[in-house]
Amino acid sequence: MGACNIFEVSTQLLFSQLLLGLINGAFYAMLSLGLAVIFGMLNVINFTHGAQYMMGAFAAWLMLTELHIPFWGALVLAPIVVGLFGIVIERLMLKRIYHLDHLYGFLLTFGLAQIIEGLFQWNWGSSGAPYQSPIPGGYNLGFMFLPAYRGFVVVAALVICLATWYAIERTRLGAYLRAATENPTLVRAFGINVPRLITLTYGLGVGLAALAGVLAAPIQQVSALMGTNLVLVVFAVVVIGGMGSIMGSIVTGFGLGLVEGFTKVCYPPGSNTVIFVVMALVLLVKPAGLFGQTK
Amino acid sequence: MNRVLVAIVIAVAALVAPWFFYPVFLMKALCFALFACAFNLLLGYAGLMSFGHAMFFGMAAYFFGHTVKVWGWPIEFGLIAAVLGAALLGLVTGALAIRRQGIYFAMITLAFAQMIYFLCVQMPFTGGEDGLQGIPRKPLFFGLLPTENDYTLYYVVLVIFLFGFGAIYRFIHSPFGQVLKAIRDNEQRALSLGYEADRYKLLAFVLSAAVAGLAGATKAMVVHFATLTDVAASTSGEVVLMALIGGLGTITGPVVGGFVLVAMQDYLAFVGQLVLVIQGAIFVVIVLGARRGLVGELSAWWKARRRPG
Repeated sequence: MGACNIFEVSTQLLFSQLLLGLINGAFYAMLSLGLAVIFGMLNVINFTHGAQYMMGAFAAWLMLTELHIPFWGALVLAPIVVGLFGIVIERLMLKRIYHLDHLYGFLLTFGLAQIIEGLFQWNWGSSGAPYQSPIPGGYNLGFMFLPAYRGFVVVAALVICLATWYAIERTRLGAYLRAATENPTLVRAFGINVPRLITLTYGLGVGLAALAGVLAAPIQQVSALMGTNLVLVVFAVVVIGGMGSIMGSIVTGFGLGLVEGFTKVCYPPGSNTVIFVVMALVLLVKPAGLFGQTK
Repeated sequence: MNRVLVAIVIAVAALVAPWFFYPVFLMKALCFALFACAFNLLLGYAGLMSFGHAMFFGMAAYFFGHTVKVWGWPIEFGLIAAVLGAALLGLVTGALAIRRQGIYFAMITLAFAQMIYFLCVQMPFTGGEDGLQGIPRKPLFFGLLPTENDYTLYYVVLVIFLFGFGAIYRFIHSPFGQVLKAIRDNEQRALSLGYEADRYKLLAFVLSAAVAGLAGATKAMVVHFATLTDVAASTSGEVVLMALIGGLGTITGPVVGGFVLVAMQDYLAFVGQLVLVIQGAIFVVIVLGARRGLVGELSAWWKARRRPG
């Protein structure tokens, strides 16, 4: 116990825990990315993010059991459905509070998360439903066994994150988005419909959360509260990384997943809390976050 | 004249209340009201919204339960230990959290509270999932005042509540409270006037944590147990809701909010899981439509009614 001696740990255990960490990191990255994009545009910390992630997983599960839509169909359809739900929420509620302090957005989305999770729990209970892995089997890499689906999740998450980065940093729409984040009034003066851009951003951020949820469905049990604790960890990830940079969110997310996996090998009881400890350390050393610039 | 009358009515109501309502309900409501006042001190007068206040409430409940039940301390000492423990936890987490402002502050406190929650799940002294049960109600003042009886304990809890409420009131109306308000309204200006903003904020945080701890320990004494629910994120959310229902930044609002929420939980127990949905709906309705809360909206209505007449 205590200090970690890497040589005493079997490589099998080390690598399988690191893979688990990488998978967790993939979800941290996707979710913190969505939070950062939404916060940049709407000035709202989307507390509903965990609930929307759960809705993505549920949508996939319902599509499979009720409509017999396979995983690959759900991977496309579920984020669209949940994203549309997000757009309705934005049009009906969020747009009324942009002029207020950030805290009200936090409170409003917290309330929404409670409503959504409460309703799902009431209707489907708290115990999880299994979702069969769409890619069964795996590969023996010699030093460890790699379940095929888990390998797919890591790659898919990387692609999703990089695609989001590309869309925001390298495309025209992304340029509008960044400009509107900096100075919405001026961008409006150029004839760009900023409110529509904001609605779209929220829809995309929510869709991203739902996409992560669909990917999580075959790994975790699909349950009403699957996003409740996750969103709290993602908040810590966001504090550690700072919300200033898209790439920063991605790197921080994956990195912290690995840190968590490593802790699971070295000191298992600490794996739940290690991210919060890292957060405390970052606050001591670099309060603005690893990639943050402003206060 | 009017104010004196209102004060007398409230005092009489507080004294005779246990004959009209279930005393345990009243005591619980008083504990949560005090908890909400502690939270509101930080938000209303220092502009800091903590989303992790359950860690002080819940940890104090555990400290109280452990010292009184396992170590056999008298409850006076148990309460003091719980308050000091909560204050110390507030000092450590507060010193880190005040390094960021606004929404980040809320996320950081939330994250620390979650960390404390996970620690409580794992540490043996909390009893894990079972919690700390059967905390005895020992007599106060070296055996002179028995507290087994709910009616007697009600007055003890009332005194504790008034003590905590009075401490907050004194704090807000002291020069220290004035400086705190100045920092809340314009931190740069307060800094340029030579006030060390961080020191003031930290002290407010510690005081708020201590009073939240007093509330948590008192609750543990009333209900005989401390559980994981007391440190959970849902409890942190509830205290925000209480302050929001009553009115953020008003002195009496959190008391009203505390009573409303505890009553709601007691009387709506039959709807089960849907209580969460109702709470969430209240959040949404208040944020969208009545941000001043019950007390704030009522006093605004009262003023508007009197002005034209």
